[in-house]
Order: sequence, then C-alpha cells, then structure tokens
Amino acid sequence: MKPDSLPPDLAREVQHQRRRFLSQLAGIGTLPLAASLATPARANSVATKARIVIAGAGAAGLTAASRLAAALDGATITVIDGRKEHHYQPGFTLVAAGIKPQEYVISPTASYIPKGVEWVPEPVAEIDPEGKKVITANARAVPYDFLIVATGLELHYLGIEGMDTARIGQDGLGSIYHSPQAATATWGAMSQFAQTGGVGVFGRPAGEMKCAGAPLKYTFITDDRLRRAGQRSKAELVYMAQSKALFGVPIVAEKVRMLFQDRGVKVNHEHVLQSIDLGQRIATYKTPTGTAEQKYDFINVVPPMRAPEVIRKSPLPWTEGPFAADGWVEVDRDTLRHKRYPNVFAVGDIAGVPKGKTAASVKWQVPVAVSHLLGDITGRASGEVYNGYTSCPLITRLGRAMLIEFDYKDNLITSFPGVIAPLEELWISWVMKTMALKPTYISMLRGRA
Amino acid sequence: MKELDPMVFLAVFQEMLGGWLWVYLIAGAATLVAFLALLLRERRIVSRRLVQSELLGLLGGGLALVIMARVSSSGFTDAGGPADWFLIALVYGVGLVATVMLAYTLMGWMRPRTGSTPRST
Repeated sequence: MKPDSLPPDLAREVQHQRRRFLSQLAGIGTLPLAASLATPARANSVATKARIVIAGAGAAGLTAASRLAAALDGATITVIDGRKEHHYQPGFTLVAAGIKPQEYVISPTASYIPKGVEWVPEPVAEIDPEGKKVITANARAVPYDFLIVATGLELHYLGIEGMDTARIGQDGLGSIYHSPQAATATWGAMSQFAQTGGVGVFGRPAGEMKCAGAPLKYTFITDDRLRRAGQRSKAELVYMAQSKALFGVPIVAEKVRMLFQDRGVKVNHEHVLQSIDLGQRIATYKTPTGTAEQKYDFINVVPPMRAPEVIRKSPLPWTEGPFAADGWVEVDRDTLRHKRYPNVFAVGDIAGVPKGKTAASVKWQVPVAVSHLLGDITGRASGEVYNGYTSCPLITRLGRAMLIEFDYKDNLITSFPGVIAPLEELWISWVMKTMALKPTYISMLRGRA
Repeated sequence: MKELDPMVFLAVFQEMLGGWLWVYLIAGAATLVAFLALLLRERRIVSRRLVQSELLGLLGGGLALVIMARVSSSGFTDAGGPADWFLIALVYGVGLVATVMLAYTLMGWMRPRTGSTPRST
C-alpha cells in the first residue's frame, strides 16, 4: 500500500514508521560489520619493530596480548606460559557452591591467543631484566624491548604445616583456590557437611591474597546450604579473620560484621592458620597470645599467597616495605611501571600494589600499563592512571550478592549509582555474577571489554 | 564497569549467547517487520486479536521470568531491593511485549481478519 493513498496523518505515520524501520534495519545490519571492524579499526595504528614479551597467559597476560596485538603493527609479541588450560577463577566459588559444573571454569589457553601473537607453551624459568631477556624452562632465551610480567601468584600450601592438597574433598577438607577439581571436591565435602552439621571453619591468610571476598562468600554460602538443608541449628560456623577487621575496606568490613552477626557466624580476630591435622580435624592458629586450636568437621583452607619462585629469585620484587617479603613486583601503583626497570610492567596478581588481586583489577590495570608502553613506543607519554579500582560481587546467600567496588583509598565506587547500592544484598548483583561476569571476562581476554 | 560503551555490550552479549545472539536479533527484527507490515495491510489494530495476544502475553512474561530464574541459578523470590523489582518488571515486560507482538503478528498473518482486504492469490 502506498502512503499517498492513505489519509495525510496516517501516511505521515507510515512514512515515519518506514523510516524508523529502515534505520533500525540498517542499524541491525551494521552491527556485525561494526563488530568485525571494531578491533581492526583500532588495530595496527602504531607501526613498530618492538619486541614485547608477556610472561604469563592468565587473565592479565592474555588481556595485555589482545590489546597490544590490536594496537601495534609489526611488533613481535610473545606470550610465555606452560599452562594449556585457562581457568576462569571468579567461577571457582560457584563451582564449590554446587551452582556451576567444573567445566564452567576451564577452557583452552590457545583459544585466547590473538592472531599475530606467538605463544611459547613453556614455563618461565628466569627473568633477566638487566640482559632484557626471559629464559624458558627449555632454556630458550627470548629477548625483549618491553616486558609485561603477568605470572600470577603461587598458592603456598606448604606454608601450612600438615596440609596436603591431595586430600582436598576428604575428611571435611575443602580448598577452593587450588584448582577446578579442588573446587568440585570442596563442594562434595561442604554439601556433606550441610547434611550433617557440626563445626565449619573459615578464614583467610595474612598478607596479600587474590579476591579477599572469596573466603567470606564461602562462609555465607555454607550458611545458606545448611539452612536449605534444615541443619543450620546443628552447625556452628567460625570465621578466623587474620586481622582486626573482616575486610580491608572499613565500611565493607562493618557491613560483613553485621551480616555475620545476623547469620550467627562466630568471628575470631587475629587468627592465622599455621598447621592442620587432617586426620584429627584440628586446625592450629597463630594468635597474638600464642597458638589456638580449633576442631572442625568442615574447613575451607585458604593458603598463604606469594610471588612465584621465578619472580622471587629475580631482581624484580620490592626490596623493602609491605610487598617485599612475598616477592610482589615493585611497580608504580599509578602506572604499573617497574620502579627500577622502566621497560618492565607488572599487571594482575603479581603486581606489588595495594588492594585487589581480582579480574576486575586486571580489567582496569592492563589498559593503563598498555597505554604507557604504547606511549614509550610512540614518544607521546600517556597520562593514564590506575586508581586501584577493583570489584567483588560478594555473595551473601545463594541468589543474592553485594556489588562492592572500591579503590586505593577505600572509597566505595558505584558503577550504577541510584540503582545498585553497594552494601545492599541484591538479586540483580547475583544475576550479574552468574550471567554477565564470565562473558565480560572472556570479552576482556579478547581485548573487547 | 566505569564506561558504558555499546561495543562492550555487544561483545559481552556475543560471548553470552554465541551465534544465538544473531538468531535472536534476526527473529526480533523479522517479528517487527511482519508486525508493521500487518499494521500497514490492515490499517488498524484488531481489538479481538489484541486481547487474545495480551492474554498470551501474560503467560509470555511469566515464561521470561522462569527462563531468567533458570539461567541465573536463582529465582525472583531472591529479590532484595528496588533494583531487583525493577529487573523483574523489566524481564516480565520484555517477555510480555515480545509475546504480544509475536502472537498478534502470527494470528494476523495466519488468520486474516474477516472482511479485511482480500489477499491476492
């Protein structure tokens, strides 16, 4: 039907509808095109022969590789890491909660290596910042002009006397962080505990750790599983805090204190797990007044964390201050640039900066470090600053979480002001955690988010 | 989550839905085209058909909530604040509108209104 055969008002409306429809159709049609062009549009803007080595193919290393590959033309970018499996670590808690299967957190590293980037599938054996080269486990020397250190950290289970990771899942021993398999085994032990009740013990190590919210989340999840099984009255839950606070950000610590009080979780402060008797189910803690023993029926062991040996033995760690003992890399907290080796950057867990070691930190650290590296290549210094932003969807029961975001200064940051309150237990935050976080994370690895 | 770039949203939805993203978008666009074409053809809204579609829409909104609960491993009974109620209303609303539009369009094309302009055969 032609519009001109219609009454004037309707004809105008039809024409308007057609125009709107055509513009919508055009918009939809260009979406895939835009998507396919999005990366190349930014890509290859800087021609260079620079040799860039990325030590580590975890979240930070892969994100850096994607961003550099998209930004540089002619550079030699080499990623060195022996791990064939990539682990989506933010999902470990969900696996250990019985919400997601183990496969949810496992994918091949190869699927995230960008085009034009060489992946050397060997562990890094040595870093020589004076000689500007990285040596692999097979003694291959890879020289570099710029180095991005993204090795991640080491779970120092041996720091707990008596601990045996092979027994995770047995005798009430849980430990989510170890691996996807351990997260599944932890779920087995915890679900058994939820059926029987008893004493459940939680806590965290002293020193820096990845996702400091995770030990708290698992306490809340265990509480909820007990309640759902009708066994909460038969259980005592104890949280061993390593310091006088439950969380590094005071306002969040206070909120967690109130929630623990509400859920009946007992808190012992300044208790650090020192040794464990797996057979007798006794955990021994270091306290300001000596040691304290705690019997348990279920325990979630969070090991001490430190830099991997290859970093600790290199000249890269802090030599003084709070990050020296565990070997975290000495970088400027604003730029992630090494303080003594300006052609070296560190991102992700290994970076010696305050606050979060999370995927959210990676998301905001990597673009800053990459922009400074690009500034060195182009000669136009970058003004980008990392403010310490990190975030943690702190699960407070199955189906609800608090979306907590903060920076170096313990300021709460709200991504959705007026909509999602940071200290409110909300379903929408849980929905984000279970539905949106992984796609966002994968997009980040691909340099698209 | 400091910047809200449409391309980031597209990337995230691509990762979330894979190839289904395009299937959904094309299906949505096709429904819209067929709906508008039906309006142009009939030059009015058929009340009886709209009411029937709206009744189906009520179910469609409920179905959207059930799907949402399944994929998020939770339920709308977990709602804890205004943002949650807003999300529930949004999910229900999207399910309702999509179902109404789809049902109205399908019924319109499959069972043309009696007395409407006869289709050429």
